Amino acid sequence: MSYRFRKLKDHVMVSLAYLALIVALIPLASILFETIIKGLPAINFSFFLKEIPPLGEQGGGIGPAIQGTLTVVALASAIGVPIGVFAGIYLAEFRQARIAIAARFLNDVLANMPSIVLGIFGWTLIVVTIGWSVIAGAIALAVMMIPIVTRTTEEAIKLVPMAIREAAIALGVPRWKTTLTVVLSSAKRGIATGILLAVARISGETAPLLLTILGSRFWFSGFTQPTAALPLAIFNFSQSPYRLIDWPRAWGASLILILIILVINIIVRYATREKYG
Amino acid sequence: MSYKIEIENLNAWFGNKQVLRDIIMKIKGNVVTAIIGPSGCGKTTFIRCLNRMHELASGSKVTGRVLLDGEDIYGEGVDPVTVRRRIGMVFQKPNPFPMMSIYDNAAAGLKLNGVTDKHRLDEVVEKSLRVAHLWDEVKMELGKSGASLSGGQQQRLCIARALAIEPEVILMDEPTSALDPTAAAKIEQLIRTLAEDYTVIIVTHNMQQAARVSDYTAFLYLGGLVEYGSTKDVFENPKSELTEKYITGEFG
Repeated sequence: MSYRFRKLKDHVMVSLAYLALIVALIPLASILFETIIKGLPAINFSFFLKEIPPLGEQGGGIGPAIQGTLTVVALASAIGVPIGVFAGIYLAEFRQARIAIAARFLNDVLANMPSIVLGIFGWTLIVVTIGWSVIAGAIALAVMMIPIVTRTTEEAIKLVPMAIREAAIALGVPRWKTTLTVVLSSAKRGIATGILLAVARISGETAPLLLTILGSRFWFSGFTQPTAALPLAIFNFSQSPYRLIDWPRAWGASLILILIILVINIIVRYATREKYG
Repeated sequence: MSYKIEIENLNAWFGNKQVLRDIIMKIKGNVVTAIIGPSGCGKTTFIRCLNRMHELASGSKVTGRVLLDGEDIYGEGVDPVTVRRRIGMVFQKPNPFPMMSIYDNAAAGLKLNGVTDKHRLDEVVEKSLRVAHLWDEVKMELGKSGASLSGGQQQRLCIARALAIEPEVILMDEPTSALDPTAAAKIEQLIRTLAEDYTVIIVTHNMQQAARVSDYTAFLYLGGLVEYGSTKDVFENPKSELTEKYITGEFG
């Protein structure tokens, strides 16, 4: 095989890889572009601060939806992140335990559970007793986060070299302390990525929220009350017959949802950056 | 004559595979003892039995007694964590904590065990870095990452880290095998000075190294102790034919 032929083959393969990359990026770029073009005109100062108007009515904003999404996601994270991280630590530290093998399997099943099923779960567990509420939504979303956080935490901890653990253990540091200090801090970036993935995923969920927080046009009024959320607001606006008034709002709310996820992403990445890159 | 470490009928397994067989050995304090032998003879397992690191591997098992100052470290109710504070270890590949600075690496043993007194930490860090012959090279950049040092410096940092918790015995598992000859020579020099205050047990592949740094040498083969005596005797006048063959390079 001649040098020129190999060179040619190399160029062809690299071009194909580039082409695949571009094809993969087209939907992403077009979604972003479309959302910005159509969403930006709807956004102004009062859009962030005002209560959600009835469909077809001028004025108003999506303030309660932003507030609701932040509240529900924060509460879901407060429940789901610790459980997920500790479950991940368990799975990574006691890999061979029979219960770990079973838990890992069930965790994978849970990770692939259709989100509407988690909505039903939250509905039967909480809505039926205390009604549509922030708590119900947060629990449904927390259940959704746990498998993602667990799996990524486990993988991140497994990547910490044995040599690092042994170094700490040989210094007379008890194993639990080794895990909670040296191992966790070596794995924190991977764990943070998992948490981000989970937060991003649940921030955009609509189906479980429909069955748990119901939606609202008004500001937060208690953890046991229904609340608004961005995905629900987007859904409602997009179903409106008043396309000139409400559709731009749907785009505006979408853009804000994307920005919220982006900002959370940046903050967490900054907070967990490697001290010695 | 009392001994620092007395090993009585030590056996060790990985699962069903026995890697150490009935080792009986008495190790003096404040000397350097080298463990030599071909790959797979159980050298590493042997020293990992001395600070109870062997039992961390799943399916591992140890029988026999290891007396440190007359007390069995495998005795009932002995916490392996306390054993490891008295018997430090330096590994084959330098393994400073990558997310910590040079200072924090040297202070790690104390910090992780709850010491927060800044003054005491400063003191211990300087002292152990000095003993490890690293202080002059890093004193201006203690805040830099431990991983930014050269391999030889990293290994000396690991030695400083082990020294900082003031152990009595230091185990070294082929501490120079990942280093270039110049860096290795510095470590060897350091090992000699360490023997003034510590009991050093070093596993090595390199027989010249054993001859240079150790006072006593033990030759392990297939998990058994073949010969043990003063380094001079073992190298110049081995009792066993097997030892002679190994040190003259007939196998290994």
